Amino acid sequence: MVSIQNLHKQFGALKVLNGLELDIMEKGIIAVLGPNGSGKTTLIKSLLGMVVPDKGEISIAGSNIRKRWNYRQEIDYLPQIANFPGNLKVQELITMIKDLRGKPAREKELIEYFRLQPFLDKKLNKLSGGTQQKVNLVLCFMFDSQLVILDEPTSGLDPVALLQLRNLLQEEKEKGKTILITSHIMNFVEEVADRIVFLLEGKIYFDGTVSEIKSSTGQPDFEHAIAKLLSEDHV
Amino acid sequence: MFKILKYSFFDLTRSSWSYVYFFFYLLLGSVLLFLNNDLSTAIITLMNVIIMIVPLIGTIFGVMYYYNSREFTQLLLAQPVRRSSIFLGQYFGVAISLSLSLILGLGIPFAAYGLFKSSAIWDFSMLLVTGLFLTLIFSALAFNIALSHENKIKGFGYAILLWLFLAVIYDGIFLLSLVYFQDYPLDKFSLAASMFNPIDLSRILILLKLDISALLSYTGAVFKQFFGTPVGTLASLGMLFLWVILPLFRLKRVVGKKDF
Ligand SMILES: Nc1ncnc2c1ncn2[C@@H]1O[C@H](COP(=O)(O)OP(=O)(O)O)[C@@H](O)[C@H]1O
Ligand SMILES: [Mg+2]
Repeated sequence: MVSIQNLHKQFGALKVLNGLELDIMEKGIIAVLGPNGSGKTTLIKSLLGMVVPDKGEISIAGSNIRKRWNYRQEIDYLPQIANFPGNLKVQELITMIKDLRGKPAREKELIEYFRLQPFLDKKLNKLSGGTQQKVNLVLCFMFDSQLVILDEPTSGLDPVALLQLRNLLQEEKEKGKTILITSHIMNFVEEVADRIVFLLEGKIYFDGTVSEIKSSTGQPDFEHAIAKLLSEDHV
Repeated sequence: MFKILKYSFFDLTRSSWSYVYFFFYLLLGSVLLFLNNDLSTAIITLMNVIIMIVPLIGTIFGVMYYYNSREFTQLLLAQPVRRSSIFLGQYFGVAISLSLSLILGLGIPFAAYGLFKSSAIWDFSMLLVTGLFLTLIFSALAFNIALSHENKIKGFGYAILLWLFLAVIYDGIFLLSLVYFQDYPLDKFSLAASMFNPIDLSRILILLKLDISALLSYTGAVFKQFFGTPVGTLASLGMLFLWVILPLFRLKRVVGKKDF
């Protein structure tokens, strides 16, 4: 599905990605973890063509994405920061994005699922952060693509919404999708992820399942295992 | 691109600034035409205003729109849309809505005055044509500057400086050099110098249309010889066209490489 070879990206003097290699062939939920500023968002934006890599190749669904744009038709993406045009109403935004994609969407079902009906006629800048994030999730999932990329989907969500998101992810996974996700909420990651990819110093530092992280660090607790992973060579 | 253009355009038609700009021209056109007995004075005053204000408004609107729609842009960048379509669509959205304000704002009082039946229609069309060019040129320059500066304040600052340079300082330097080197034949130099400034170029085109090239400095004769001919007029319009196209090419190139 996704294949990344020797990916390099630096911003000014700051090397963010440094020869990163990653293959995602399987279905299921893959979590990208790493400290703040380790380049998770940069990696994701490179997949979407929003960041232009200095070096390296990325292929999605078998073809190289460089200088192409229509492959995005087949990706559902949730940006880390939900920056919306504030003067639009929720419904207007949904209609607009549907128009741009020019393909059928299942927004009704998702609006129902996140209980967003009362907000459809509200302006986006009048919504709370959590509600904005739900709108963001609707916009992302409504096209039902096989590849879903979520950058910090948990941010701003209350426990109820978090549970809703977890159930939604489970359902989508069962449909056979590949879901790439970053999150800071460790027990959320532990519960949903089939595979953990740990990013450090511009490379994949660890790649395996939750239980493999636990056993390789000797820590029975996931959060501690991650902390251990971080402190091993990098004190 | 047309979908983006459509959204940007409708977004702007909902902004009160577009109407302020439209009413400004409506008022200006009406006042000058109806309170002024002399048509050519009215057109010259109008020209002086257009040549200063149109670039300024194009600059400010261009920069403002770029920065205000950054969120919208972010959203679009993740959609299956070509990058250049996003920015060119937004650019034309701004440029077309500004142009409409200009054409309608000046066109309505002129129509009411009955100018479409008179021979002054050509002078008036030249005003509009240069006004349109200046709008296209300065919003394109503004988009370029904004694109290259993440910092809004800086972007605004440089854009205004560029306007100030082309609208005021350029002429100042030009005149000073004319005085300083008055012993040399400067015809060619001044001709070239005005070709490279869209504001000067517009001014010359209008003045020649009004046939008051005598109002220009002593280089007037040379100017008339060149700009007064069909070739000269075409060359000037071609130059204005280049002033639109080149910034758009740069826009397309920079947009292709930028990280968002
Ligand atoms: N467009 C950009 N220009 C300059 N620096 C950037 C840009 N985008 C990200 N960075 C820097 O790159 C580093 C990695 O950022 P990011 O990928 O957002 O990390 P993460 O998502 O893992 O927290 C950070 O130090 C950030 O400041
Ligand atoms: Mg991030």
